[in-house]
Amino acid sequence: MPQKLRLVLIGNGMAGVRTLEELLKIAPDLYEITVFGAEPHPNYNRILLSPVLAGEQTLEQIILNPLEWYAAHGIRLHLGAWVTNVNRAGQRVRAETADGQVIEARYDRLLIATGSTPFIPPLPGRELEGVISYRDIADTEAMIEAARTHRHAVVIGGGLLGLEAANGLKLRGMKVTVVHLAPWLLDRQLDPQAARLLQRSLESRGLNFRVHTQTEALLAGEGEAASRVRAVRFKDGSEVPADLVVMAAGIRPNTALAESMGLLCRRGIVVSDTLQTVTDPRIYAVGECAAHRGIAYGLVAPLFEQGRVCATHLAEVGLGRYVGSEVSTKLKVTGIDLFSAGDFMGGEGSEDIVLSDPFDGVYKKLVLRGDRLVGACLYGDTADGSWYFRLIRECRSVAAFRDQLMFGEAALPALPQGGPAAVATDAQVALAA
Amino acid sequence: MRETRSTCPYCGVGCGVIIESDGAQITGVRGDPDHPANFGRLCTKGSTLHLTASPAVQQTCRLLQPQWRAERGGAMQPLGWDAALELAADRLAATIDSHGPDSVGFYLSGQMLTEDYYVYNKLMKGLIGSNNVDTNSRLCMSSAVAGYKRTLGADAPPCSYEDLALADTVFIAGSNAAWAHPILFRRLEDARRAKPDQRWIVVDTRRTETAEGADLFLQICPGTDVALFHGMLSVIFAEQLADLAWLAQHTSGIESLHEILRGWNAERAAEICGIRLADLVQAARWFAQADRAGGATLSLYCQGLNQSSAGTDKNAALIHLHLATAQIGRPGAGPFSLTGQPNAMGGREVGGLANLLSAHRDLANPMHRAEVAALWGLPSVPEQPGLSAVEMFQAAAAGQLQALWIVCTNPAQSLPDQATVQRALQRCPFVVLQDAYATTATAPFADLLLPATTWGEKVGTVTNSERRISRVRAAIPAPGEARHDWAIGVEFAHRLEQRLPQNLHGQTTLFPYDLGDAERGAEQIWQEHRESTRGRDLDITGLSWDMLDRDGPQQWPLPEGADSGRVRLYADGHFPTPDGRARFVAIDYRPVAEPTSVEYPIALNTGRLRDQWHGMSRTGTLGRLFGHVPEPVVELHPQTLSEAGVSEGDLVRLRSPRGGLVLPARASTDLAPGQAWIPMHWGGDVLGGQDLDGRPMPGVNGLTQPASCPHSKQPELKHAAVSLQPAGLGWQMVALVWLPQAQALAAREALKPLLAQCAFAVCLPFGREPHAGGLSGVLLRAAEAEPATAEQAQALRGWLDRVQTLLGLGSRQALSYEDARRARRRMVQYQAENDTSPLQDRSGGRPLSGLLLAGDTQSESWLRTLLLDELPAEALGRGLLAPVRQASAHLAPRSPQVCSCFNVSEQAIREQLGHCSGNADQRLAGLQGALKCGTQCGSCLPTLRRLVAESLQAA
Repeated sequence: MPQKLRLVLIGNGMAGVRTLEELLKIAPDLYEITVFGAEPHPNYNRILLSPVLAGEQTLEQIILNPLEWYAAHGIRLHLGAWVTNVNRAGQRVRAETADGQVIEARYDRLLIATGSTPFIPPLPGRELEGVISYRDIADTEAMIEAARTHRHAVVIGGGLLGLEAANGLKLRGMKVTVVHLAPWLLDRQLDPQAARLLQRSLESRGLNFRVHTQTEALLAGEGEAASRVRAVRFKDGSEVPADLVVMAAGIRPNTALAESMGLLCRRGIVVSDTLQTVTDPRIYAVGECAAHRGIAYGLVAPLFEQGRVCATHLAEVGLGRYVGSEVSTKLKVTGIDLFSAGDFMGGEGSEDIVLSDPFDGVYKKLVLRGDRLVGACLYGDTADGSWYFRLIRECRSVAAFRDQLMFGEAALPALPQGGPAAVATDAQVALAA
Repeated sequence: MRETRSTCPYCGVGCGVIIESDGAQITGVRGDPDHPANFGRLCTKGSTLHLTASPAVQQTCRLLQPQWRAERGGAMQPLGWDAALELAADRLAATIDSHGPDSVGFYLSGQMLTEDYYVYNKLMKGLIGSNNVDTNSRLCMSSAVAGYKRTLGADAPPCSYEDLALADTVFIAGSNAAWAHPILFRRLEDARRAKPDQRWIVVDTRRTETAEGADLFLQICPGTDVALFHGMLSVIFAEQLADLAWLAQHTSGIESLHEILRGWNAERAAEICGIRLADLVQAARWFAQADRAGGATLSLYCQGLNQSSAGTDKNAALIHLHLATAQIGRPGAGPFSLTGQPNAMGGREVGGLANLLSAHRDLANPMHRAEVAALWGLPSVPEQPGLSAVEMFQAAAAGQLQALWIVCTNPAQSLPDQATVQRALQRCPFVVLQDAYATTATAPFADLLLPATTWGEKVGTVTNSERRISRVRAAIPAPGEARHDWAIGVEFAHRLEQRLPQNLHGQTTLFPYDLGDAERGAEQIWQEHRESTRGRDLDITGLSWDMLDRDGPQQWPLPEGADSGRVRLYADGHFPTPDGRARFVAIDYRPVAEPTSVEYPIALNTGRLRDQWHGMSRTGTLGRLFGHVPEPVVELHPQTLSEAGVSEGDLVRLRSPRGGLVLPARASTDLAPGQAWIPMHWGGDVLGGQDLDGRPMPGVNGLTQPASCPHSKQPELKHAAVSLQPAGLGWQMVALVWLPQAQALAAREALKPLLAQCAFAVCLPFGREPHAGGLSGVLLRAAEAEPATAEQAQALRGWLDRVQTLLGLGSRQALSYEDARRARRRMVQYQAENDTSPLQDRSGGRPLSGLLLAGDTQSESWLRTLLLDELPAEALGRGLLAPVRQASAHLAPRSPQVCSCFNVSEQAIREQLGHCSGNADQRLAGLQGALKCGTQCGSCLPTLRRLVAESLQAA
């Protein structure tokens, strides 16, 4: 029996481990696998940190792959181990642990899934105690702790992560203000009408908002408290008190290691449709750190799609191509349903269909170009989100049922054979291979 | 509460009413049990009169002060009465001065009281010196007038209502009395119940509700009445059913008619009429009482004969049948013209037509002219006949009239060939409109608006179909600054007299009536009129207002010395002709003036609806009167529909050589293939739309034609040749909104300008006043071509936005759906929480207060049910916006309303009939017991009987 190929995964997160799972399904015995993870935890569902913060789930509940899983698949797992160097010529990975221990591993294939890092705006005072980002279990635990001991929180950034953080902190008893630079919340996921409904709903839960507001500085306390943040000051001179400032102003692909390896990085590690880095075909990259056709995805669905394609290539049965993803969004705040996908803002050349039900707090917008659905923004009733998402991805004409489109798949009259659900698309064919 | 005896202002039956009021406001109405026309009964329209005088209507629809505009198209400005009358007097005096008296026209109405009529007739013929005074009775009764005069010698219906009960054969021709004269029809139904062998023959081009009750129905081709009557007369002579002895003694002219009749026999007549020969022969025998020696035959006829280019001939040919069989002058017999308007009779009595003079005198008769001049203290009255209604507007359109004064009528709705009429109103330099309502289609054309009193406010007398004079009394004072029509005429005349002193011929005034006391002033006018009747066929010198107050309504003639009026005329066989004989007239059948052709292959007929009256300025204020027929449609035979490639409910475009109209098509086997029927009520103020060349379409009379009877000058409103094609308007919208009544009325007015901006549009009320929450409904329906471009879609959305603003739709309380590019918009709105709607069960949430469906109206039927019946709707949520033909819940389409008084639907009646057993009468009684339908006004009884008969057939 020939010696197994060696696969090293840098980054023990959702994208990388999902790729391993896909690979193990196809080729369970092809590789000897080594995983380096910087966090001291096995792979967990980062998406569910918000419910943990909100007190709706526990850390144990969000673990995706317990240590036994790694063991059962013969995966060598190094937790709390930072990869410091990769020798591409020698195909060797070098990592260090917090206590200075050095670990080395050789690879035939290397998979980089280092994810992203929070973007910290260059604000005066960002180094103060009580100023944190929201990325991992440690951050979550820090917030839970702060909520126990402090009163006022400011979340900078009214995106998905910021709103989830704000909701969690509010539920943990803090008085929370969300500061958002753009004219409306979730400006990359919602149109202004939906955002207005969302803001109203969150306000009714006790959250405060400073929308379309630029932060100028984080102010320190005085005397003994001089090292901790005390307040946030805005461009207009006004201030709100803050014992805790959560930076949720966006993420950046974590490409530091890849750049040190000489891999081409441009808004992420540049990969081909087979998720191989364009610089070194032995090296793959998936997830938030990878830039495919110029896009680094920050949501989970594309990462899983990437993982599937990547796994087939690692398994050497690779026929599939990753051609990019349409992304859809959900906010994980209990009781708030929103969904958006595609070009939901519309604009020149697009046509909107809009439904509004102020009694149920429902707003839905569908955006069409010609006869195709290209975007959807749903607030309050997202039951048909996945159907719309499918229609958007399938690029299929909706002319025949345009008038029923808004009322969901269930409202459709019997369509001619091979209705929308039955039509397979290029993307699905490719992925199924 | 105060009670005031007066009359109903609708049809010519002339029912007595008792008006209940609190002194300031009319609060109720009921039939006057002592009035010999109705003995306490009222129809759907009469029994809701008080609701048409509600505060909301008074405030919103009435003209309450004089208004004028400095230039056409400009806004109306209020002005005082003095200024208004000075303005009018200056303009008319100047016009008369520069263009002569014949440059002025007065267009009056059969709804004016006798005293009103008298003043305007005297004003024109006496003071101004022109005979250009005509009335809308020209559209209604002038053929009956001319028919009576040509044959019997005087314009006098010889019969009485009591003849209905005494007749053995009732011959109903060109009358849907079941709808147009409901109380008279109730009496007729009573008669047949009391006298089961009474036979009804109905002649009509349509199978109307009147025809449903016929023992013999002759569905003739349009305009062939004379052929039918000649055919029947041939049979009568051929079978020796004529009363030759009576004929020889009391008639003249039969010889010359025989010349013509030689060309006629039953076969030819039946073929032309499109009926079975046996039916024609049967009709002749029944008419002549072949099997019942001594039996009486009564004819009842109306617009089917009158509104015809051969209207006088039709009347005369029918009267011939009575003369040949001596069916006149005795109980239960005679030719009985049913009057359309409440006081067309009174108008004729005072000579209020362009060819008549006071008290049935003729303009053409020099002695008559001299008599009238003497009565008025003038050397002469003008000789030249004036312009009749249609001619007057044709002259104005040709620039021959400088001033038009219109009183209590709506020519921009009711005259045929609206293109010409509207051109006339635009071209005539000075148009005065004197009306109780500010909302008529004519109002926008007026330079000066003068507010008049109306039902419940007026003082005077009217004469009904059976020559019966009733007092009209005021229950409440005039609202706002409104004045009585006669008083406006008198005050204007006084001012004109100052400017035309030479026309007074030495008198101080021709109008010496008390303006301070309306009762006294009106009585003075009436007394002058009474004096004019001395020695005439309608002599009422024995009548006084005291007698009317003491003994109630009286029939004419009632000459000095008589105790009471004459019930029946010509009992002695003496007729008011020079030789005392009735005349046969040598007339032959002439087909309709505008026969159908390849280009215009459809025969259009117009007619009346049960619950509407004329241009609907009064009935149109009540949503409940739209329960019976909610919206305009054109009825067409299913075969005609399919030949045109049209389905039921599709919009069709009708065109005549004069104009076009777009309406939804409704399949009906009541009329023959190749015919169309449209109610005459749908004018340009409710029915908008644009012709293919973008011109606004003025309603049904945009299609009808001005061709008139040469003798009566009555236009042929009942026949025009039209073409039919699918309208091809794919984008359709409907909005239904509940609003407080005054707001609803105001919204309809505000929406009117928008109606002309669409290819098809209609705006009507719905509802059920008095609504517990004071709400009234507004329905707007429109259609356009599907928007092909984004700009067209945007224009439609802009139009919808304006509609919504005016209807108060689209607040934050609305659920909405919009596909902007395709101009699809749907919107529903709930009633406010504090609403007082009659709803008991609120578990399903609030009912709808409004809805709008644009671009796709397929969910209308069930949403309409939810809205109109105020059913709980909130639970359906966003499902209310779904474009589905059927609701998820069990909502049946709303069934048509049959009984207006108790709001009983056809569906409810059919269901109840399922539990009824026995014969027809027992089933009907069962229905009435359970649902109360048909137990109040009885207007729906013909429908109930039809439904009962259907249930018997099914059983």
